[in-house]
Amino acid sequence: MKLYLPLDSVAVALGAEAIAAAILTEAARRGIRVDLVRNGSRGMVWLEPLVEVETDAGRIGVGPMTVADVPALFGSAARHPKALGLVEDLPWMKGQTRLTFARVGVIDPLSLADYRAHGGLQGLTRARSMTRAEIVAEVTDSGLRGRGGAGFPTGIKWKTVSDAPGDRKYIVCNADEGDSATFADRMLMEGDPFCLIEGMAIAGLACGAAKGFVYIRSEYPIAIRVMESAIRIARTAGVLDAGFDIEVRVGAGAYVCGEETSLLNSLEGRRGVVRAKPPLPALEGFMGKPTVVNNVISLASVPVILAKGAAFYKDFGHGRSRGTVPLQIAGNVRYGGLYETAFGLTLGQIVDDIAGGTASGRPVKAVQVGGPLGAYHPRADFDTPFGYEDFAGQGGLIGHAGLTVFDDSADMLAQARFAMEFCAIESCGKCTPCRIGAVRGVETIDRIAKGDAAAIPLLTDLCSTMKSGSLCALGGFTPYPVLSALTHFPEDFTPVREAAE
Amino acid sequence: MLDSADLSDRVAQILADHAGLEGPLLPILHGIQAAFGHVPQAAIPQIAKALNLSKAEVHGVITFYHDFREAPAGRHVLKLCRAEACQAMGADRMAAEVKAALGIDWHETTPDGRVTLEPVFCLGLCACGPAAMLDGRLIGRCDAGIVAEVMA
Repeated sequence: MKLYLPLDSVAVALGAEAIAAAILTEAARRGIRVDLVRNGSRGMVWLEPLVEVETDAGRIGVGPMTVADVPALFGSAARHPKALGLVEDLPWMKGQTRLTFARVGVIDPLSLADYRAHGGLQGLTRARSMTRAEIVAEVTDSGLRGRGGAGFPTGIKWKTVSDAPGDRKYIVCNADEGDSATFADRMLMEGDPFCLIEGMAIAGLACGAAKGFVYIRSEYPIAIRVMESAIRIARTAGVLDAGFDIEVRVGAGAYVCGEETSLLNSLEGRRGVVRAKPPLPALEGFMGKPTVVNNVISLASVPVILAKGAAFYKDFGHGRSRGTVPLQIAGNVRYGGLYETAFGLTLGQIVDDIAGGTASGRPVKAVQVGGPLGAYHPRADFDTPFGYEDFAGQGGLIGHAGLTVFDDSADMLAQARFAMEFCAIESCGKCTPCRIGAVRGVETIDRIAKGDAAAIPLLTDLCSTMKSGSLCALGGFTPYPVLSALTHFPEDFTPVREAAE
Repeated sequence: MLDSADLSDRVAQILADHAGLEGPLLPILHGIQAAFGHVPQAAIPQIAKALNLSKAEVHGVITFYHDFREAPAGRHVLKLCRAEACQAMGADRMAAEVKAALGIDWHETTPDGRVTLEPVFCLGLCACGPAAMLDGRLIGRCDAGIVAEVMA
């Protein structure tokens, strides 16, 4: 009997370890041999822990599981009270275009044989038959842009590093996924770590780099463990060797280290302080050497591009946002999780149709798109297609494609205050607009909360200083949540509210 | 309490384990914190000497990162997520209840040394918030009942 139960952090946080123990105990009691595969998550968080039972017809999902639901798994899975039918036929799965996440939740994350059997290593094999310039051109032609949030064309970054002179070059994977509502990096590393390894190895070939680092935040213990195991397996199997090797580095709880130059300082063992650009990391990055810094999803999208060709990937998408994007739907949401799809769905389709509105059943008030530095969008923005330029046009950004849904109980002044407070806590301190501006921002919003309307122009002025004067996106983008809250929800910023109370 | 010779031997071992790494300070500090539960002040001159850094530079790195402690934590460490996705599911209210029940604020330890309460900004459990981590164990859809678990 073959069963699947995710090792993904979400499944574990919702009790998967107790389910795993109960399955093994029950199997032993019945004298049945079970093969329990700890897979990645399919991304349907409301169904976790989701057990899948392999049958002749396919994998039948049962969930969300409790320990009490375990014994009935050993009867007919299809007739289990929590049976969901074939997992691949569920609407959430059928609606997706899974290119980057094709194997996540499907395979055993630490089985290289599984990885190969599901198309793994085809991209690397093809890249090994190409010249450096050909690999770079393939990635450029695919239209892939940085999935970490900045949206910079990946191929152009690679070309800069590839062409740069240097005796040593580095591939650094930014897995410091600190934005609230984002967990795609974590899910990919936990569910298909070889895909990231393959993407980094291809980047190494394209740029002439022999060493890669994966900088993973310390808040992701399971991702760290799975990546480290996968790297050891890849070395043993010869996928990684002296020509290109990878090392995992663990962050230490500083949000700003998700910014690429701060990350490089942290990797070098320094305070995670932002560096001024230029010089670009592509020319003077880790230890002053040419360095590619790419997000997990950017690198993990490379194997499929090399395996199936740039044209295949580019065919998906909308406008200048090509390919697919793993949407991460979170917060107060009925059906939350990871949903990979081509760019171009509208915000309303994502929130109302896919996510089914709020978990509380109350009306959606605001959706923060792109993490703590992203704007709060009202329903009026729901016709905005999901793409880099489209959200920039609405005074926002897509960031790492996380969406946090809030119901009508949200207090937008409190959310704006939190954005400033967060910036004050996490500022690296290098530039004044961010270090001091964020503190003054909290104070100014507190004045507004006490009914001082004269503080509102002061806040917008401060935001404009932070936006144009900060060295990086932390201070520079904190105005997005603050100003969007103020612009779209002015009623939460007026003293009328207090008078009514 | 460790005597200073014992501390110095263990720090030397951790330094030796990380010899040859490029930019080794963070892995070393993680190793020291794993061994001692915090980064003892007494280890700083030894680390600085081994890496050819000033003591001020090492101190600067330790204090920059939220993870590194200069004093031991309580027997349990409870981290509650304060980020937006968890806020949307009532994390602020839950945190207030937990603080009231424990009688402490963020970054404080109960007087009996049982539990240290810390904020965390995102555990990647954003579609099953509020999220928490108790002694390294992840918890989704957390509520103030977590206090009973800590006190048990």
